[in-house]
Amino acid sequence: MIPKAFKRALWVFHVNSGSCNGCDIEIIAALTPRYDVERFGIRLVGSPRHADVIAFTGPVTSDMADKVKRIYEQTPDPKVILVVGSCGISGGVFHESYHLEGPIEKIIPGAKCFYVPGCPPRPEAIIQGVIKAWEFLEGVEKK
Amino acid sequence: MKYEVPIGPIHPALKEPIMLKFTLEGERIVDVDVIASQNHRGIEWIGMNRNNPVQSIYLSERICGICNFCHPACLVMAVEEAAGIESPERAEYIRVIQGELERIHSHLLWAGVAAHELGFDSLLHYVWMVREKVMDILELINGNRVTKAIIMYGGVRRDIKDEHIPKIKRMLDYYKQAFGKLAKLFLEDKTIKMRTREIGILPYEEAIKLATVGPTVRASGVKKDVRQDMPYFAYPDFEVKAITPDMLTGETIGDTYDRIIVRLLEVKQSIEIIEQALDEMPPGDILAEPKIIKLINQIKKAEGEAVARYEAPRGEDIHYVKLKSGFEYLYAWKVRAPTYINILSWRPMLLDMQIADIPIVAASIDPCLSCTNRVVIVRNNKEEILTADDLHRLSVKKTRRLLR
Ligand code: SF4
Repeated sequence: MIPKAFKRALWVFHVNSGSCNGCDIEIIAALTPRYDVERFGIRLVGSPRHADVIAFTGPVTSDMADKVKRIYEQTPDPKVILVVGSCGISGGVFHESYHLEGPIEKIIPGAKCFYVPGCPPRPEAIIQGVIKAWEFLEGVEKK
Repeated sequence: MKYEVPIGPIHPALKEPIMLKFTLEGERIVDVDVIASQNHRGIEWIGMNRNNPVQSIYLSERICGICNFCHPACLVMAVEEAAGIESPERAEYIRVIQGELERIHSHLLWAGVAAHELGFDSLLHYVWMVREKVMDILELINGNRVTKAIIMYGGVRRDIKDEHIPKIKRMLDYYKQAFGKLAKLFLEDKTIKMRTREIGILPYEEAIKLATVGPTVRASGVKKDVRQDMPYFAYPDFEVKAITPDMLTGETIGDTYDRIIVRLLEVKQSIEIIEQALDEMPPGDILAEPKIIKLINQIKKAEGEAVARYEAPRGEDIHYVKLKSGFEYLYAWKVRAPTYINILSWRPMLLDMQIADIPIVAASIDPCLSCTNRVVIVRNNKEEILTADDLHRLSVKKTRRLLR
């Protein structure tokens, strides 16, 4: 259930850790008029320091592993991770490749993660994932 | 005083992690270097070591989620040639329609990103709203919006049914109407013209020297298009002509504005091709060999090699495939995607431009790259990622230092 009113706008920082762009264009599709999540105050921001949610796409290539970690550290608490797409969850079609360090879980152990499976997931699914993350953050705030 | 400003590999709206190093003299760019390895996922290795050839089709779809028809199509073309598989006539037409639908969606996507780079976000939203129409059709005929899993060795996996045709035609009519508005917004708007005219010029000779491909090279006046030079699938029936900006304006400058013109005209061209294809599509089978196991065995027994060329939305895509009899995977597989070649043209385009021009010029070759407010500083060979805040702090510091 979505609460009637949210206390604040949810800001998302999007990181591509070596994805195929499929998930990334669906994230942007979720922001543009057909799905238009901006009306709820959900928007992409340009810096992890402003973000509540980090949306990761991609299987995390070796080059990106340290950057992914650093971005997580730069995001202020409370924060959650939204893993969009199967390849960030398990490696997806790229599993077993020699140039992967992922999935995300392995790079940042113990982080609070929400998963949106699909290759790529539909914008509706991404929105649902964001809302799950949002509910979690509201819960944290209450405590 | 020279500064080196590396940009990337993580950007807010970035679609491909890539790193650019600029050497600046004040605002002027004097050198550009590109470092690309962040998105390496070892796809060819997987195709040669883990996947059977049919699985590799779906893998090649994930080389790029935006061009998710061109890579599998190119791979299929190469394998078909190496293994001697023929696909039915109807399938060739459906492939053409799929390819052109992808071009429409990709060019519109690019137009939105370009508008965003110019700071024209309302146009981004408008263009992406228009784009949803073609996504609906893709979903209707393929069952999925982005990755489609439509192509198969010896044909396609799903037919375009009779009941789909009126819906596709309605979409085409919608685009014909929207086209006028888009052309007006992109080509007549004063801001866009100011930011793109004479910006990021790639002269004719330079474009040929760097072997640039796709809309990038056509915008410099080179009439090069695989669909025209070496037609594949059902393209020989369509007589596609390479589009250059002088068709609209009567002159070719090779700047960012010209690249907008070429892409817009190509959307129109795609609409015409789809219309013709829908009318002329012959009835018949869509798959030469519907049984996958048989197909895999046939490819496993085949021996040979082939190179396939395909005109992707971003330019010429090349796949090389070698098959060895008795070998379970592709014996050799090499992919050369269009952006790989086009990226080199950033250097001549960006030299002598200003920092503020980087986003739109970089985006003008459609590299799936958006602008940034995060940079990486390379100091003693160690990288530090800076956020906008850090940058601002640095900038304030520098101002103070200069004032002292
Ligand atoms: S989950 Fe699939 S569509 Fe999304 S980035 Fe990974 S490979 Fe691409």
